[in-house]
Amino acid sequence: MPEIDPEPTCEIEDGGGTVRVRLNGRWTATHASAVEKNMADLVAQAEGGRVILDLSSVSRLDTLGAWVLDRTRHELGDKGLSADFTGARDEHRILLDEVAYRGFQTSQPQKPGTIVDFLADIGRSVVGVGKDFAQGTSFFGEIVSALVKVALNPPRFRVPAVTHQLEQIAYRGAPIIALISFLVGAIVAQQGIFQLQKFGAIAFVVDLIGILVLRELGVLLTSIMVAGRSGSAFTAEIGSMKMREEIDALRVMGLDPVEVLIVPRILALLIGLPLLTFISNISALLGGAVVTMTYGGISLDIFLVRLQQAIAFSTFMVGMIKAPFMALIIGLIASLEGMAVQGSAESLGRQVTSSVVKAIFMVIVVDGIFAMFFAAIRY
Amino acid sequence: MAPQSSDPASPNFRETIIRVRGLEVGFGTKTVMKDLDLDVYRGEILGFVGPSGSGKSVLTRTILGLVPKRAGTIEVFGENLDDLPPEEHRRLERRWGVLFQHGALFSALTVKQNVQVPMREYLDLSDRLLDELAMLKIEMVGLKPDAADKMPSDLSGGMIKRAALARALSLDPEIVFLDEPTSGLDPIGAGDFDELIATLQKTLGLTVFMVTHDLDSLHSVCDRVAALGDGKVIAAGPIETMLASEHPWLRSYFHGKRARAVMG
Repeated sequence: MPEIDPEPTCEIEDGGGTVRVRLNGRWTATHASAVEKNMADLVAQAEGGRVILDLSSVSRLDTLGAWVLDRTRHELGDKGLSADFTGARDEHRILLDEVAYRGFQTSQPQKPGTIVDFLADIGRSVVGVGKDFAQGTSFFGEIVSALVKVALNPPRFRVPAVTHQLEQIAYRGAPIIALISFLVGAIVAQQGIFQLQKFGAIAFVVDLIGILVLRELGVLLTSIMVAGRSGSAFTAEIGSMKMREEIDALRVMGLDPVEVLIVPRILALLIGLPLLTFISNISALLGGAVVTMTYGGISLDIFLVRLQQAIAFSTFMVGMIKAPFMALIIGLIASLEGMAVQGSAESLGRQVTSSVVKAIFMVIVVDGIFAMFFAAIRY
Repeated sequence: MAPQSSDPASPNFRETIIRVRGLEVGFGTKTVMKDLDLDVYRGEILGFVGPSGSGKSVLTRTILGLVPKRAGTIEVFGENLDDLPPEEHRRLERRWGVLFQHGALFSALTVKQNVQVPMREYLDLSDRLLDELAMLKIEMVGLKPDAADKMPSDLSGGMIKRAALARALSLDPEIVFLDEPTSGLDPIGAGDFDELIATLQKTLGLTVFMVTHDLDSLHSVCDRVAALGDGKVIAAGPIETMLASEHPWLRSYFHGKRARAVMG
């Protein structure tokens, strides 16, 4: 329905010492700027004496209008004028009383210099890293003690929870991990062929793929995928349970959240990640074999024979030994970040991001440490 | 209840602000309500009661357009919601405010920022006015000024209700939907809240659609009460009509132990 929407205006009649201000139109939030401007002009113009604000022809007044009017009355008062309302309808009068202008002390956040800010940020991050490390260690202790408790008291082992998590992590994760490993194996083989061709050493591409995949790539790809797929899911699940006080509910029932929520997930990771690593190894080798066949003209038979010569059982074990450690890192970081979620949706998002980023970073760092370790012991 | 006249000249005329006719809502194979008719008149406070799970919240959400309906019409401000183009619908949404049962405050924003969200979106306000108006709404709903900079996760249940009401009122709406506004408040807080709603209704000319179980609220502030049961409005009218009703649920609701305690 079309509404006549008259802009708020005021007519000022100067009657010797007494200024009569007649307000017309709608003094509402939709005309906020006009309302404010009218009143600011009035305050600027007014000089001494008495001001009477006549509201009798105001067609509509809302809280914003009433607020600005009452604010104006006070501002006029501060200038040494006396200001009053007249002709206000009952409902407008109630509204004016209800809003009753008062100064609000709004706290403006203080802005220190950018350099100070920058340094403070660095300091905070360093302290944060230190705290993370301490918390991680204590949390690790909690998990180990919960694992020991479960091991000593097998009936407390939650088989359904572990199998459910195993399904989520390993069974549902297997196809994508197999696909990605296949592709990466193929890409590494293709690049290997192109580069080794220059030296007439195409046959060594099999050694390259075999060693690289089994020692490093398989477990690394799997860990990164699991950190992205399952680590983020853990953090989000535990975090939203924390937000809705479900963790507290477990606690007051005498259940240990670490035992109920975290131990099954970590156990499932400890079982699932080596399995996935194995699948990843096989897929990557398969991808490499397919490419060496098509680009390098090496048949599958020869590929397998060369592979047997190139790798030993230890090559395979180097990769597999790392898998449970990666599982522990991912599970630990994901649960820790989940428990750190505060009340807001934003904090949930932040913790999930940091869970994935930290887990992937730590996985790569630990992989590097393992590489140095195995090199040192010549394994 | 006095007969409603459709003739604007009649003294009994009351403008129907929400008119629901033949509403049917269901999920899957379950029908929650069927052939439901409801009128809400301008300027009244309608209390909406019914057993738990009878679909009070579903009806509210259907009127708000959050739950799809299977049949029937809903007219708000005399306009059929189905016929409105999207821009018109958005314009209409500015004219109502909603207090969700659990507050539904934006958890990433402070209370003040929550109240300012609709203002920033729809109004062109100076920074000063934006601040002052948000603080005004926050004080109007009975929160202390220092609550303004708190995050919703730091608030108590009652404070969340108040903050959510402040947000619902931020655009001076014509209708407010309140889903169990006083549940979780202490009796004094609930009484204050009722009084607040009554005052706001008077000053701002609000129409209030209130889902409630609070017998005190029904007695002290509601002009009319509607009861939902078996997927229909089983009775609507002033509280006296409710008290006189023979419907078994209404009898036990209004004549039960708790009701007697309230009414003496």
